[in-house]
Amino acid sequence: MIYSVSPWAIILFVIFVLFVLGISFYFGNKTKSAAGYFAAGGTIHWGVNGIAFAGDYLSAASFLGICGMIAFSGYDGFLYSIGYLAGWVVALFVVAEPMKRLGKYTFTDALDAKFNSKGIQLMAAISTLIVSICYLIPQMVGAGALVKPLLGMPHWVGVIMVGCIVTFIVATAGMTSTTYVQFIKGGLLIIFSTVLTIYLINNGLSIKPSDDYHEFKTISVVISGDSVASIESTDYTLADQQVVKDIHLVKLEKSGVNTWWKLSEKDGKIVLEEALSKTVTKDGTELYNGEPKEAKKFYQVGHIGKLINKDGQEVDKISGLGPFSYLSTLEDSTIVRFAEQKFTDGDDSVTVWYQNPTSGKEIMRPGLKFKVDKGATPWSKWNFISLMLALFFGTAALPHILIRYYTVPSQRDARKSTIVAIAAIGFFYILTLYMGSGAMTHGVLDLESSNMSAPLLAKYFGIGLFSIISAIAFATVLGTVSGLIVASSGAVAHDLMDRYLDLKLTDKGKVRAGKIAAVVVGGIAIMLGILFKGMNVSFLVGWAFAVAASANLPAILMLLFWKKTTAKGITYSILIGIVSALTIILLSPDMYVRYGLDPATAPIPLGNPGIISIPLSFLTLIVVSLMSQKDNATKKA
Amino acid sequence: MLHGEAVKLGKDESAEIKSRIGLILFAVYAAIYAGFVFINTLSPKTMGTRIFMGLNLAIVYGFGLIILAIIMGILYNHYCTNLENKMNKPQGDAALESDTEEKA
Repeated sequence: MIYSVSPWAIILFVIFVLFVLGISFYFGNKTKSAAGYFAAGGTIHWGVNGIAFAGDYLSAASFLGICGMIAFSGYDGFLYSIGYLAGWVVALFVVAEPMKRLGKYTFTDALDAKFNSKGIQLMAAISTLIVSICYLIPQMVGAGALVKPLLGMPHWVGVIMVGCIVTFIVATAGMTSTTYVQFIKGGLLIIFSTVLTIYLINNGLSIKPSDDYHEFKTISVVISGDSVASIESTDYTLADQQVVKDIHLVKLEKSGVNTWWKLSEKDGKIVLEEALSKTVTKDGTELYNGEPKEAKKFYQVGHIGKLINKDGQEVDKISGLGPFSYLSTLEDSTIVRFAEQKFTDGDDSVTVWYQNPTSGKEIMRPGLKFKVDKGATPWSKWNFISLMLALFFGTAALPHILIRYYTVPSQRDARKSTIVAIAAIGFFYILTLYMGSGAMTHGVLDLESSNMSAPLLAKYFGIGLFSIISAIAFATVLGTVSGLIVASSGAVAHDLMDRYLDLKLTDKGKVRAGKIAAVVVGGIAIMLGILFKGMNVSFLVGWAFAVAASANLPAILMLLFWKKTTAKGITYSILIGIVSALTIILLSPDMYVRYGLDPATAPIPLGNPGIISIPLSFLTLIVVSLMSQKDNATKKA
Repeated sequence: MLHGEAVKLGKDESAEIKSRIGLILFAVYAAIYAGFVFINTLSPKTMGTRIFMGLNLAIVYGFGLIILAIIMGILYNHYCTNLENKMNKPQGDAALESDTEEKA
């Protein structure tokens, strides 16, 4: 779709970025030591750190991705919220304090505290780098999605801009500035999401989301055999028709403009229902509903088909709803979602989005995205379990979350800041269900980008709220990316160069190496952010969690709770965890779509590797540790 | 400096018992989370049953998991802080300092 650029949005955005850069400069001048650069000198207050945790964690995936997924697939998107939050329980109850006790600057330090093993240093540093890069991709994709409506620039400009600003922030200041940026951003995100949700609930529900919402037409038809013989309209003429996967699509022409319609049954009559379409012609011209993008015919959509009040009557509008009755009313109603169908029409490749009225009961329970109900197969059910497992175990293994334990003065502070984080993040995740379902029913969805649902919902309530929310979302990306880049630069400078290669860097040299590493990782993230354009960012984060959970968590847990764990066991478990998780991802149906291949031919039908790679990594650790017990015995002697 | 911690920590006598409490709470939460995943997988329609204020099981269980994590976190912190105060008190700050000096 085409967005009109708002000057207010640009002004607010620029103020935000300048503010963030200002903080970086301020703390950058103060940060000279390695402890200051990588761990903020261990001096951050637990309350600040807790909200900064929330800032780190509530990345583009949470705000843009989850809200977008709920807006397109209902409750299934909310499952990400639940999984992401549940993961914090592992972090708080099992990992937080021991990690604080064992670690110095990085996660590798903690793993290696007992062994001083070259193998662990190398593998843990590589794992930190890989997980950080996996997590960076969705942040960059989110940045690209945001600049389009905010500044009217193409995806790649957004990605490069975020990459450069963040790399600059990190290369100048390190963990202290990152922490304060995250604190401010995390706080603002939660405050303004609450404001948006209050607006939404107060606004109530209506079958016509706004006065300028597009009215979808229907045309009666005459059927002969399996095809449409004629239409009852003087404006349109029948141009073409085809059946794609049991969906009967009809092309109509009016004044030289072609539009696509879907054959449906409505109130016992066979009719054509207006759909939305994007056509890419042989010469690369893109047409939206048959016209160039600038004609603005690619409408924002999503509305309630049948609105049912608490007495069971069909009504046009309901106001005075509370937080619970808002959700239960949606459950009782029917919501018009839009289903996507791709096909070729002569030389043109066409994507049609047709109306798909879905009962609120189906939307508010699992099954629309994850095939656990209709059309479920054993693989699809395993895929779902695999994702939930990765989300649960992934949080406590994310390097940019783990390093935050080293920024506070004590174990007690580590624990308290985790609880502040859980409360802040948990509250925000409850809001995602409201924001996502709000976007679904308020006629704001851009069918080409699920990631924009929450900011576009804010736009519904005024350009001011949209500008603020977009600027915060952009800062969200900036903040999370900085955290990840600090984690990666720590892995390179501290773990790889200083410890693994024994380069004996001076304190200053280490900070310089960290900054150079930050620039390189930033560059890689920019490239990948451009390559993965268009994928839902929460989905991509699911992969980062799976890799983290497979590579790091078995090592952390077994080191803490199994006395027979050896250095070799840890090294091999990280290696197998990374390799198996990445292999399954690269051979998954979703990646096959990226390669331009038929997803049905993917050798592994799992979308998320956790269910295989996490147990495999545990098993490797146990077997290798048992085989190398001699090492521990020698060490003790 | 290069291989030192970002901060120096004193010895914590309550570490073992805190870690046991943490593991018990983790096990309880993990079981409730597993229950959620299994109902979603094996009987997704059950999740559509209305159970509270017009909300279905999916929403109540989901919100419940989030709120439970917050409540359990606060309880855990309460226990741990009490334990730390009780078990680390007799040694006093002097003991913590001498421990830090030894390490250094």
